[in-house]
Amino acid sequence: MSEWWTYSLSDFLMFSSRSYYRLIESYNAAIWPAHLLALVAGVIVLGAIARPRQHLQQSAGLVLAAAWGWVAWAYHLERYAEINTAAPYFAATFAVQALLLCWLAFKPGNAAPAPQPVALGLTGLAIFAYPLLALARDGGQWRQAEVFGIVPDPTVVATLGVLLAWRAPAIFWLVPVLWCLVSGATLIELKIGHAWLLPALALTAVLAAIMVSKKPRDLNSTANPQS
Amino acid sequence: MPSTSPSRRHLLASMIAASSGLALSPLLAAAPPAPLLTRPIPSSGEQLPVIGLGSWITFNVGRDPQGRRESSNVMRQFFAGGGRLVDSSPMYGSAQDVIGEAVQTLKPARLFAADKVWVSGGARGVAQVEASRKLWRVPRFDLLQVHNLLSWEEHLPLLLAMKREGRLRYVGITTSEGRRHAEIEKIMASQPIDFVQISYNALDRDVEQRILPLARERKLGVIVNRPFRQGDLTQALAGKPLPGWAADIGCTTWAQALLKFIVSHPAVTCAIPATSSVAHVRENLLAGTGRMPDEALRKRIVQDVERLA
Repeated sequence: MSEWWTYSLSDFLMFSSRSYYRLIESYNAAIWPAHLLALVAGVIVLGAIARPRQHLQQSAGLVLAAAWGWVAWAYHLERYAEINTAAPYFAATFAVQALLLCWLAFKPGNAAPAPQPVALGLTGLAIFAYPLLALARDGGQWRQAEVFGIVPDPTVVATLGVLLAWRAPAIFWLVPVLWCLVSGATLIELKIGHAWLLPALALTAVLAAIMVSKKPRDLNSTANPQS
Repeated sequence: MPSTSPSRRHLLASMIAASSGLALSPLLAAAPPAPLLTRPIPSSGEQLPVIGLGSWITFNVGRDPQGRRESSNVMRQFFAGGGRLVDSSPMYGSAQDVIGEAVQTLKPARLFAADKVWVSGGARGVAQVEASRKLWRVPRFDLLQVHNLLSWEEHLPLLLAMKREGRLRYVGITTSEGRRHAEIEKIMASQPIDFVQISYNALDRDVEQRILPLARERKLGVIVNRPFRQGDLTQALAGKPLPGWAADIGCTTWAQALLKFIVSHPAVTCAIPATSSVAHVRENLLAGTGRMPDEALRKRIVQDVERLA
Protein backbone atom coordinates (compact mmCIF):
# COMPACT_ATOMS: atom_id res chain seq x y z
CA MET A 1 0.00 0.00 0.00
CA SER A 2 1.45 3.33 -1.04
CA GLU A 3 -0.14 5.53 1.62
CA TRP A 4 0.78 3.90 4.92
CA TRP A 5 1.50 7.26 6.51
CA THR A 6 -2.16 8.25 6.19
CA TYR A 7 -3.26 5.37 8.43
CA SER A 8 -3.75 5.65 12.15
CA LEU A 9 -3.49 2.90 14.75
CA SER A 10 -7.23 2.38 14.69
CA ASP A 11 -7.11 1.50 10.99
CA PHE A 12 -5.11 -1.61 11.82
CA LEU A 13 -7.40 -2.82 14.56
CA MET A 14 -9.47 -5.61 13.05
CA PHE A 15 -11.42 -6.89 16.02
CA SER A 16 -13.34 -5.81 19.10
CA SER A 17 -12.25 -6.28 22.70
CA ARG A 18 -15.11 -8.73 23.03
CA SER A 19 -13.76 -10.95 20.25
CA TYR A 20 -10.22 -10.62 21.62
CA TYR A 21 -11.03 -11.71 25.16
CA ARG A 22 -13.48 -14.35 24.03
CA LEU A 23 -10.68 -15.83 21.96
CA ILE A 24 -8.48 -15.98 25.06
CA GLU A 25 -11.37 -17.50 27.00
CA SER A 26 -11.98 -20.29 24.49
CA TYR A 27 -8.23 -20.91 24.19
CA ASN A 28 -7.92 -21.18 27.98
CA ALA A 29 -10.83 -23.61 28.09
CA ALA A 30 -9.35 -25.73 25.32
CA ILE A 31 -5.95 -26.23 26.96
CA TRP A 32 -6.87 -26.34 30.65
CA PRO A 33 -5.18 -27.66 32.88
CA ALA A 34 -1.98 -26.79 31.00
CA HIS A 35 -2.03 -23.60 33.06
CA LEU A 36 -0.87 -25.54 36.12
CA LEU A 37 2.14 -26.79 34.20
CA ALA A 38 2.76 -23.23 33.02
CA LEU A 39 2.69 -22.06 36.64
CA VAL A 40 5.34 -24.64 37.58
CA ALA A 41 7.40 -23.52 34.60
CA GLY A 42 7.04 -19.94 35.75
CA VAL A 43 8.28 -20.81 39.23
CA ILE A 44 11.37 -22.47 37.68
CA VAL A 45 12.09 -19.26 35.76
CA LEU A 46 11.61 -17.17 38.87
CA GLY A 47 13.84 -19.55 40.84
CA ALA A 48 16.61 -19.11 38.29
CA ILE A 49 16.60 -15.37 38.96
CA ALA A 50 16.29 -15.73 42.73
CA ARG A 51 19.03 -18.36 43.06
CA PRO A 52 21.52 -17.92 40.25
CA ARG A 53 22.88 -21.40 39.50
CA GLN A 54 24.01 -22.61 36.12
CA HIS A 55 21.75 -25.67 35.94
CA LEU A 56 18.75 -23.58 37.00
CA GLN A 57 19.56 -21.01 34.38
CA GLN A 58 19.80 -23.61 31.65
CA SER A 59 16.47 -25.03 32.72
CA ALA A 60 14.92 -21.56 32.89
CA GLY A 61 16.27 -20.66 29.45
CA LEU A 62 14.79 -23.81 27.97
CA VAL A 63 11.49 -23.27 29.77
CA LEU A 64 11.30 -19.76 28.35
CA ALA A 65 12.19 -21.00 24.88
CA ALA A 66 9.45 -23.64 25.12
CA ALA A 67 6.98 -20.99 26.30
CA TRP A 68 7.77 -18.71 23.35
CA GLY A 69 7.55 -21.64 20.93
CA TRP A 70 4.22 -22.74 22.39
CA VAL A 71 2.78 -19.22 22.25
CA ALA A 72 4.00 -18.89 18.63
CA TRP A 73 2.18 -22.02 17.57
CA ALA A 74 -0.78 -22.52 19.91
CA TYR A 75 -1.73 -18.90 20.38
CA HIS A 76 -0.57 -16.83 17.40
CA LEU A 77 -0.85 -19.38 14.63
CA GLU A 78 -3.74 -21.50 15.84
CA ARG A 79 -5.90 -18.87 17.53
CA TYR A 80 -4.97 -15.24 17.09
CA ALA A 81 -4.65 -15.68 13.31
CA GLU A 82 -8.44 -16.24 13.23
CA ILE A 83 -9.01 -12.55 13.93
CA ASN A 84 -5.69 -10.89 13.12
CA THR A 85 -4.08 -11.30 9.71
CA ALA A 86 -0.72 -10.22 11.18
CA ALA A 87 -0.66 -13.14 13.64
CA PRO A 88 1.38 -15.49 11.40
CA TYR A 89 4.13 -12.84 11.36
CA PHE A 90 3.93 -12.60 15.13
CA ALA A 91 4.24 -16.39 15.28
CA ALA A 92 7.39 -16.26 13.15
CA THR A 93 9.04 -13.64 15.38
CA PHE A 94 8.10 -15.56 18.52
CA ALA A 95 9.64 -18.71 17.01
CA VAL A 96 12.84 -16.78 16.30
CA GLN A 97 12.89 -15.56 19.91
CA ALA A 98 12.41 -19.14 21.10
CA LEU A 99 15.56 -20.14 19.19
CA LEU A 100 17.45 -17.18 20.61
CA LEU A 101 16.43 -18.20 24.13
CA CYS A 102 17.67 -21.77 23.50
CA TRP A 103 20.99 -20.27 22.56
CA LEU A 104 20.93 -18.00 25.59
CA ALA A 105 20.27 -20.97 27.87
CA PHE A 106 23.61 -22.55 26.98
CA LYS A 107 25.55 -19.37 26.34
CA PRO A 108 28.38 -19.11 28.85
CA GLY A 109 28.50 -16.05 31.08
CA ASN A 110 24.78 -15.61 31.65
CA ALA A 111 25.20 -15.80 35.33
CA ALA A 112 23.52 -13.04 37.26
CA PRO A 113 25.85 -11.38 39.73
CA ALA A 114 23.11 -11.50 42.35
CA PRO A 115 19.33 -11.62 42.40
CA GLN A 116 18.07 -8.33 41.06
CA PRO A 117 14.95 -6.90 42.62
CA VAL A 118 13.69 -5.34 39.39
CA ALA A 119 14.18 -8.58 37.45
CA LEU A 120 12.50 -10.58 40.20
CA GLY A 121 9.68 -8.06 40.34
CA LEU A 122 9.05 -8.15 36.60
CA THR A 123 9.05 -11.93 36.35
CA GLY A 124 7.07 -12.38 39.56
CA LEU A 125 4.49 -9.90 38.40
CA ALA A 126 4.18 -11.67 35.06
CA ILE A 127 3.65 -15.05 36.67
CA PHE A 128 1.47 -14.23 39.67
CA ALA A 129 -0.16 -10.85 39.09
CA TYR A 130 -0.79 -10.80 35.35
CA PRO A 131 -3.60 -13.39 35.44
CA LEU A 132 -5.43 -11.19 37.97
CA LEU A 133 -5.68 -8.35 35.48
CA ALA A 134 -8.59 -10.21 33.92
CA LEU A 135 -10.59 -9.58 37.07
CA ALA A 136 -9.53 -5.93 37.28
CA ARG A 137 -10.73 -5.26 33.73
CA ASP A 138 -14.25 -3.99 33.24
CA GLY A 139 -16.37 -7.02 32.39
CA GLY A 140 -13.40 -9.37 32.69
CA GLN A 141 -13.65 -12.90 34.08
CA TRP A 142 -11.11 -15.34 35.43
CA ARG A 143 -11.72 -17.54 32.40
CA GLN A 144 -10.03 -14.81 30.38
CA ALA A 145 -6.92 -14.79 32.58
CA GLU A 146 -3.66 -14.21 30.76
CA VAL A 147 -1.18 -16.76 32.04
CA PHE A 148 2.60 -16.97 31.59
CA GLY A 149 3.59 -19.50 28.94
CA ILE A 150 0.04 -19.59 27.57
CA VAL A 151 -0.45 -16.13 26.06
CA PRO A 152 2.12 -13.58 24.89
CA ASP A 153 1.96 -10.61 27.29
CA PRO A 154 2.93 -12.27 30.62
CA THR A 155 5.39 -14.52 28.78
CA VAL A 156 7.13 -11.46 27.36
CA VAL A 157 7.19 -9.62 30.70
CA ALA A 158 8.67 -12.67 32.47
CA THR A 159 11.29 -12.85 29.74
CA LEU A 160 12.20 -9.19 30.22
CA GLY A 161 12.97 -9.99 33.85
CA VAL A 162 15.23 -12.86 32.84
CA LEU A 163 17.02 -10.84 30.18
CA LEU A 164 17.62 -8.13 32.76
CA ALA A 165 18.93 -10.60 35.33
CA TRP A 166 21.23 -12.24 32.82
CA ARG A 167 22.43 -8.99 31.28
CA ALA A 168 21.45 -10.37 27.91
CA PRO A 169 22.82 -8.58 24.83
CA ALA A 170 20.53 -6.22 22.91
CA ILE A 171 19.56 -8.75 20.24
CA PHE A 172 17.64 -10.79 22.81
CA TRP A 173 15.60 -7.72 23.77
CA LEU A 174 14.45 -6.77 20.32
CA VAL A 175 11.38 -9.03 19.93
CA PRO A 176 10.13 -8.71 23.54
CA VAL A 177 10.32 -4.92 23.48
CA LEU A 178 8.70 -4.72 20.05
CA TRP A 179 5.90 -6.99 21.25
CA CYS A 180 5.29 -4.72 24.24
CA LEU A 181 4.79 -1.84 21.82
CA VAL A 182 2.56 -3.80 19.45
CA SER A 183 0.42 -5.34 22.17
CA GLY A 184 0.28 -2.07 24.12
CA ALA A 185 -0.91 -0.25 20.99
CA THR A 186 -3.55 -2.93 20.40
CA LEU A 187 -4.85 -2.65 23.94
CA ILE A 188 -4.90 1.15 23.70
CA GLU A 189 -7.05 0.91 20.58
CA LEU A 190 -9.27 -1.62 22.31
CA LYS A 191 -9.60 0.95 25.12
CA ILE A 192 -8.42 -1.49 27.78
CA GLY A 193 -7.67 0.23 31.09
CA HIS A 194 -4.28 -1.40 31.68
CA ALA A 195 -3.04 -0.81 28.12
CA TRP A 196 -0.22 1.35 29.47
CA LEU A 197 1.16 -1.45 31.64
CA LEU A 198 3.04 -3.48 29.03
CA PRO A 199 4.95 -0.55 27.47
CA ALA A 200 5.64 0.77 30.98
CA LEU A 201 7.11 -2.57 32.08
CA ALA A 202 9.23 -2.73 28.92
CA LEU A 203 10.54 0.77 29.60
CA THR A 204 11.29 -0.16 33.21
CA ALA A 205 13.21 -3.25 32.10
CA VAL A 206 15.19 -1.37 29.46
CA LEU A 207 16.11 1.45 31.83
CA ALA A 208 17.13 -1.05 34.51
CA ALA A 209 19.23 -2.94 31.95
CA ILE A 210 21.01 0.27 30.94
CA MET A 211 21.76 1.06 34.57
CA VAL A 212 22.93 -2.50 35.30
CA SER A 213 25.14 -2.53 32.22
CA LYS A 214 27.07 0.44 33.61
CA LYS A 215 28.00 -1.53 36.72
CA PRO A 216 30.87 -4.03 36.50
CA ARG A 217 29.98 -7.68 37.09
CA ASP A 218 30.81 -8.92 40.58
CA LEU A 219 32.61 -12.12 39.65
CA ASN A 220 32.79 -13.31 43.25
CA SER A 221 29.08 -13.68 43.48
CA THR A 222 28.38 -15.14 40.04
CA ALA A 223 26.30 -18.21 39.63
CA ASN A 224 27.35 -21.74 40.15
CA PRO A 225 30.10 -21.13 42.70
CA GLN A 226 30.14 -24.79 43.82
CA SER A 227 29.56 -26.73 40.64
CA MET B 1 -36.32 14.01 -0.85
CA PRO B 2 -38.52 10.92 -1.08
CA SER B 3 -39.93 9.79 2.23
CA THR B 4 -42.09 7.03 3.55
CA SER B 5 -44.89 7.32 6.04
CA PRO B 6 -43.70 6.71 9.58
CA SER B 7 -44.86 3.24 10.58
CA ARG B 8 -42.11 2.36 12.95
CA ARG B 9 -44.40 0.39 15.22
CA HIS B 10 -45.21 -1.98 12.37
CA LEU B 11 -41.63 -2.32 11.27
CA LEU B 12 -40.53 -2.99 14.82
CA ALA B 13 -43.30 -5.52 15.32
CA SER B 14 -42.32 -7.42 12.20
CA MET B 15 -38.68 -7.40 13.26
CA ILE B 16 -39.46 -8.68 16.72
CA ALA B 17 -41.64 -11.38 15.26
CA ALA B 18 -38.96 -12.36 12.78
CA SER B 19 -36.33 -12.59 15.47
CA SER B 20 -38.41 -14.35 18.05
CA GLY B 21 -40.33 -16.66 15.79
CA LEU B 22 -43.57 -15.59 17.47
CA ALA B 23 -46.71 -14.96 15.48
CA LEU B 24 -47.84 -11.36 15.21
CA SER B 25 -51.08 -10.35 16.83
CA PRO B 26 -53.91 -10.16 14.27
CA LEU B 27 -53.97 -6.37 14.56
CA LEU B 28 -50.28 -5.96 13.83
CA ALA B 29 -50.16 -8.76 11.29
CA ALA B 30 -52.87 -7.09 9.22
CA ALA B 31 -50.72 -4.05 8.54
CA PRO B 32 -47.67 -4.44 6.33
CA PRO B 33 -44.38 -3.24 7.85
CA ALA B 34 -43.15 0.17 6.76
CA PRO B 35 -40.77 -0.36 3.92
CA LEU B 36 -37.25 0.90 4.11
CA LEU B 37 -36.65 3.94 2.02
CA THR B 38 -34.86 2.95 -1.16
CA ARG B 39 -32.72 4.80 -3.67
CA PRO B 40 -32.02 3.84 -7.26
CA ILE B 41 -28.56 2.72 -8.23
CA PRO B 42 -27.89 5.44 -10.80
CA SER B 43 -26.33 3.17 -13.43
CA SER B 44 -29.21 0.69 -13.49
CA GLY B 45 -32.23 2.12 -11.69
CA GLU B 46 -32.33 -0.90 -9.38
CA GLN B 47 -33.70 0.13 -5.99
CA LEU B 48 -31.51 -0.37 -2.94
CA PRO B 49 -32.53 0.20 0.71
CA VAL B 50 -30.72 3.20 2.18
CA ILE B 51 -29.50 1.22 5.18
CA GLY B 52 -26.98 -1.53 4.54
CA LEU B 53 -24.79 -3.57 6.84
CA GLY B 54 -21.03 -3.20 7.25
CA SER B 55 -18.83 -5.91 8.74
CA TRP B 56 -15.53 -4.20 9.69
CA ILE B 57 -14.51 -5.42 13.18
CA THR B 58 -18.01 -6.49 14.22
CA PHE B 59 -18.12 -9.74 12.22
CA ASN B 60 -14.46 -10.66 12.72
CA VAL B 61 -15.16 -13.16 15.49
CA GLY B 62 -12.94 -16.03 14.38
CA ARG B 63 -14.29 -19.48 15.14
CA ASP B 64 -16.08 -18.37 18.29
CA PRO B 65 -19.50 -20.10 18.10
CA GLN B 66 -21.20 -17.47 20.23
CA GLY B 67 -19.80 -14.62 18.14
CA ARG B 68 -20.91 -16.37 14.96
CA ARG B 69 -24.38 -16.92 16.37
CA GLU B 70 -24.65 -13.25 17.28
CA SER B 71 -23.49 -12.18 13.83
CA SER B 72 -26.01 -14.52 12.23
CA ASN B 73 -28.77 -13.03 14.39
CA VAL B 74 -27.75 -9.54 13.31
CA MET B 75 -28.01 -10.60 9.67
CA ARG B 76 -31.33 -12.35 10.28
CA GLN B 77 -32.69 -9.15 11.78
CA PHE B 78 -31.24 -7.08 8.97
CA PHE B 79 -32.92 -9.13 6.25
CA ALA B 80 -36.17 -9.40 8.20
CA GLY B 81 -36.25 -5.61 8.40
CA GLY B 82 -35.87 -5.25 4.65
CA GLY B 83 -32.10 -4.76 4.45
CA ARG B 84 -30.24 -5.99 1.40
CA LEU B 85 -26.68 -4.72 1.00
CA VAL B 86 -24.04 -6.44 3.12
CA ASP B 87 -20.48 -5.20 2.67
CA SER B 88 -17.22 -6.93 3.52
CA SER B 89 -13.60 -7.29 2.45
CA PRO B 90 -10.76 -9.81 2.50
CA MET B 91 -9.15 -7.31 4.88
CA TYR B 92 -11.76 -8.00 7.57
CA GLY B 93 -10.30 -11.23 8.96
CA SER B 94 -12.96 -13.90 9.43
CA ALA B 95 -15.87 -11.59 8.52
CA GLN B 96 -16.39 -13.02 5.03
CA ASP B 97 -16.65 -16.55 6.36
CA VAL B 98 -18.98 -15.45 9.16
CA ILE B 99 -21.23 -13.76 6.57
CA GLY B 100 -21.07 -16.84 4.34
CA GLU B 101 -22.13 -19.11 7.17
CA ALA B 102 -25.12 -16.87 7.90
CA VAL B 103 -26.00 -16.61 4.21
CA GLN B 104 -25.96 -20.40 3.95
CA THR B 105 -28.27 -20.72 6.94
CA LEU B 106 -30.60 -17.79 6.32
CA LYS B 107 -30.77 -18.04 2.53
CA PRO B 108 -31.80 -14.39 2.14
CA ALA B 109 -33.90 -13.90 -0.96
CA ARG B 110 -32.74 -10.39 -1.78
CA LEU B 111 -29.13 -10.25 -0.61
CA PHE B 112 -27.02 -7.63 -2.33
CA ALA B 113 -23.50 -9.01 -1.83
CA ALA B 114 -20.85 -6.30 -1.83
CA ASP B 115 -17.23 -7.22 -1.34
CA LYS B 116 -13.81 -5.89 -2.25
CA VAL B 117 -10.56 -6.86 -3.82
CA TRP B 118 -7.62 -5.97 -1.59
CA VAL B 119 -4.32 -7.33 -2.78
CA SER B 120 -1.25 -5.95 -4.50
CA GLY B 121 -1.00 -6.91 -8.15
CA GLY B 122 -3.75 -7.71 -10.60
CA ALA B 123 -2.91 -11.39 -11.08
CA ARG B 124 -3.61 -12.20 -7.45
CA GLY B 125 -6.91 -10.33 -7.64
CA VAL B 126 -8.60 -13.12 -9.61
CA ALA B 127 -7.70 -15.71 -7.00
CA GLN B 128 -8.74 -13.43 -4.16
CA VAL B 129 -12.16 -12.70 -5.68
CA GLU B 130 -12.80 -16.43 -6.11
CA ALA B 131 -11.65 -17.17 -2.56
CA SER B 132 -13.96 -14.42 -1.26
CA ARG B 133 -16.91 -15.77 -3.27
CA LYS B 134 -16.42 -19.22 -1.77
CA LEU B 135 -16.29 -17.77 1.73
CA TRP B 136 -19.53 -15.88 1.11
CA ARG B 137 -21.16 -19.05 -0.34
CA VAL B 138 -22.76 -17.03 -3.16
CA PRO B 139 -22.82 -17.84 -6.88
CA ARG B 140 -21.58 -14.35 -7.69
CA PHE B 141 -21.12 -10.94 -6.14
CA ASP B 142 -23.45 -8.07 -6.91
CA LEU B 143 -20.76 -5.48 -6.32
CA LEU B 144 -16.99 -5.71 -6.17
CA GLN B 145 -14.95 -2.69 -5.17
CA VAL B 146 -11.25 -1.94 -5.26
CA HIS B 147 -10.48 -1.57 -1.56
CA ASN B 148 -8.70 1.68 -0.69
CA LEU B 149 -7.63 1.98 -4.34
CA LEU B 150 -4.98 -0.70 -3.81
CA SER B 151 -3.58 -1.60 -7.28
CA TRP B 152 -6.72 -0.11 -8.83
CA GLU B 153 -5.10 0.27 -12.24
CA GLU B 154 -4.79 -3.51 -12.42
CA HIS B 155 -7.97 -4.53 -10.61
CA LEU B 156 -10.49 -2.27 -12.34
CA PRO B 157 -10.02 -3.83 -15.82
CA LEU B 158 -10.46 -7.26 -14.24
CA LEU B 159 -13.67 -6.26 -12.47
CA LEU B 160 -15.05 -4.48 -15.53
CA ALA B 161 -14.33 -7.58 -17.61
CA MET B 162 -16.19 -9.70 -15.05
CA LYS B 163 -19.14 -7.34 -15.35
CA ARG B 164 -19.14 -7.57 -19.15
CA GLU B 165 -19.13 -11.36 -18.89
CA GLY B 166 -22.11 -11.30 -16.51
CA ARG B 167 -20.10 -12.62 -13.55
CA LEU B 168 -20.58 -9.39 -11.64
CA ARG B 169 -23.30 -6.74 -11.64
CA TYR B 170 -21.57 -3.61 -10.41
CA VAL B 171 -18.05 -2.27 -10.02
CA GLY B 172 -16.81 0.29 -7.52
CA ILE B 173 -13.92 1.82 -5.64
CA THR B 174 -13.54 2.60 -1.95
CA THR B 175 -11.68 4.85 0.40
CA SER B 176 -12.08 5.68 4.06
CA GLU B 177 -11.22 8.45 6.49
CA GLY B 178 -10.84 10.98 3.67
CA ARG B 179 -7.83 9.36 2.05
CA ARG B 180 -6.76 9.94 -1.57
CA HIS B 181 -9.77 11.97 -2.53
CA ALA B 182 -7.97 13.57 -5.48
CA GLU B 183 -7.33 10.14 -6.95
CA ILE B 184 -10.88 9.04 -6.19
CA GLU B 185 -12.17 12.03 -8.13
CA LYS B 186 -9.91 11.21 -11.06
CA ILE B 187 -11.20 7.64 -11.21
CA MET B 188 -14.81 8.75 -10.78
CA ALA B 189 -14.39 11.11 -13.71
CA SER B 190 -12.59 8.72 -16.02
CA GLN B 191 -13.63 5.12 -15.32
CA PRO B 192 -16.95 3.38 -16.06
CA ILE B 193 -17.64 2.43 -12.45
CA ASP B 194 -21.04 2.15 -10.76
CA PHE B 195 -20.25 2.89 -7.12
CA VAL B 196 -17.92 4.86 -4.94
CA GLN B 197 -17.62 4.10 -1.21
CA ILE B 198 -16.47 6.89 1.09
CA SER B 199 -16.52 7.95 4.75
CA TYR B 200 -19.15 10.55 5.56
CA ASN B 201 -20.89 11.67 8.73
CA ALA B 202 -22.07 14.80 10.50
CA LEU B 203 -18.49 15.69 11.45
CA ASP B 204 -16.50 14.39 8.47
CA ARG B 205 -18.07 16.25 5.57
CA ASP B 206 -15.19 16.86 3.15
CA VAL B 207 -16.93 14.75 0.51
CA GLU B 208 -19.76 17.28 0.31
CA GLN B 209 -17.43 19.65 -1.52
CA ARG B 210 -16.46 17.60 -4.57
CA ILE B 211 -16.99 13.84 -4.27
CA LEU B 212 -20.75 13.81 -3.68
CA PRO B 213 -21.55 16.42 -6.38
CA LEU B 214 -19.30 14.53 -8.80
CA ALA B 215 -21.08 11.27 -7.97
CA ARG B 216 -24.40 12.89 -8.91
CA GLU B 217 -22.94 14.35 -12.07
CA ARG B 218 -21.40 11.03 -13.12
CA LYS B 219 -24.48 9.03 -12.00
CA LEU B 220 -22.57 6.91 -9.50
CA GLY B 221 -24.02 5.17 -6.49
CA VAL B 222 -22.52 6.26 -3.15
CA ILE B 223 -22.01 3.89 -0.23
CA VAL B 224 -21.11 5.55 3.06
CA ASN B 225 -18.83 3.79 5.54
CA ARG B 226 -17.94 4.73 9.13
CA PRO B 227 -21.19 6.63 9.73
CA PHE B 228 -20.46 6.70 13.46
CA ARG B 229 -16.67 7.16 13.21
CA GLN B 230 -16.26 3.55 14.30
CA GLY B 231 -18.49 4.12 17.32
CA ASP B 232 -16.63 7.18 18.62
CA LEU B 233 -19.40 9.53 17.54
CA THR B 234 -22.25 7.63 19.20
CA GLN B 235 -20.08 7.20 22.29
CA ALA B 236 -19.36 10.94 22.42
CA LEU B 237 -23.07 11.69 22.15
CA ALA B 238 -24.17 9.03 24.61
CA GLY B 239 -26.06 10.56 27.48
CA LYS B 240 -26.55 13.88 25.68
CA PRO B 241 -30.28 14.60 25.34
CA LEU B 242 -31.68 14.49 21.82
CA PRO B 243 -32.66 17.94 20.55
CA GLY B 244 -36.30 18.63 19.80
CA TRP B 245 -35.89 18.19 16.05
CA ALA B 246 -35.15 14.48 16.57
CA ALA B 247 -38.79 13.69 17.30
CA ASP B 248 -39.85 15.60 14.16
CA ILE B 249 -37.99 13.10 11.99
CA GLY B 250 -38.89 10.08 14.10
CA CYS B 251 -35.54 9.59 15.80
CA THR B 252 -35.33 8.18 19.28
CA THR B 253 -31.56 7.80 19.38
CA TRP B 254 -28.50 9.71 18.23
CA ALA B 255 -27.52 6.78 15.99
CA GLN B 256 -30.76 7.20 14.04
CA ALA B 257 -30.27 10.95 13.74
CA LEU B 258 -26.71 10.46 12.49
CA LEU B 259 -27.86 7.92 9.92
CA LYS B 260 -30.75 10.08 8.77
CA PHE B 261 -28.31 12.93 8.27
CA ILE B 262 -26.24 10.73 5.95
CA VAL B 263 -28.94 9.06 3.90
CA SER B 264 -30.85 12.31 3.43
CA HIS B 265 -28.03 13.62 1.26
CA PRO B 266 -29.39 13.31 -2.28
CA ALA B 267 -26.19 11.77 -3.64
CA VAL B 268 -26.04 8.98 -1.05
CA THR B 269 -27.40 5.59 -2.06
CA CYS B 270 -26.78 3.65 1.12
CA ALA B 271 -25.03 3.85 4.50
CA ILE B 272 -23.42 0.74 5.96
CA PRO B 273 -23.27 0.89 9.76
CA ALA B 274 -21.62 -2.15 11.30
CA THR B 275 -22.87 -3.69 14.50
CA SER B 276 -22.79 -6.92 16.45
CA SER B 277 -26.00 -6.06 18.29
CA VAL B 278 -29.46 -7.10 17.17
CA ALA B 279 -30.94 -4.12 19.00
CA HIS B 280 -28.66 -1.75 17.10
CA VAL B 281 -29.48 -3.24 13.72
CA ARG B 282 -33.17 -2.69 14.48
CA GLU B 283 -32.43 0.86 15.49
CA ASN B 284 -30.35 1.46 12.35
CA LEU B 285 -33.04 0.09 10.05
CA LEU B 286 -35.61 2.39 11.58
CA ALA B 287 -33.41 5.30 10.50
CA GLY B 288 -34.20 4.28 6.93
CA THR B 289 -37.93 4.88 7.41
CA GLY B 290 -40.15 7.86 7.99
CA ARG B 291 -39.41 11.53 7.50
CA MET B 292 -35.95 12.62 6.48
CA PRO B 293 -34.34 15.94 7.44
CA ASP B 294 -34.52 18.75 4.91
CA GLU B 295 -31.55 20.97 4.11
CA ALA B 296 -32.23 23.37 6.99
CA LEU B 297 -32.49 20.55 9.49
CA ARG B 298 -29.35 18.90 8.12
CA LYS B 299 -27.48 22.11 8.95
CA ARG B 300 -29.00 22.11 12.41
CA ILE B 301 -27.92 18.49 12.94
CA VAL B 302 -24.35 19.41 12.02
CA GLN B 303 -24.36 22.35 14.43
CA ASP B 304 -25.72 20.27 17.29
CA VAL B 305 -23.37 17.35 16.71
CA GLU B 306 -20.38 19.68 16.46
CA ARG B 307 -21.42 21.32 19.69
CA LEU B 308 -22.13 18.15 21.65
CA ALA B 309 -19.69 15.52 20.33
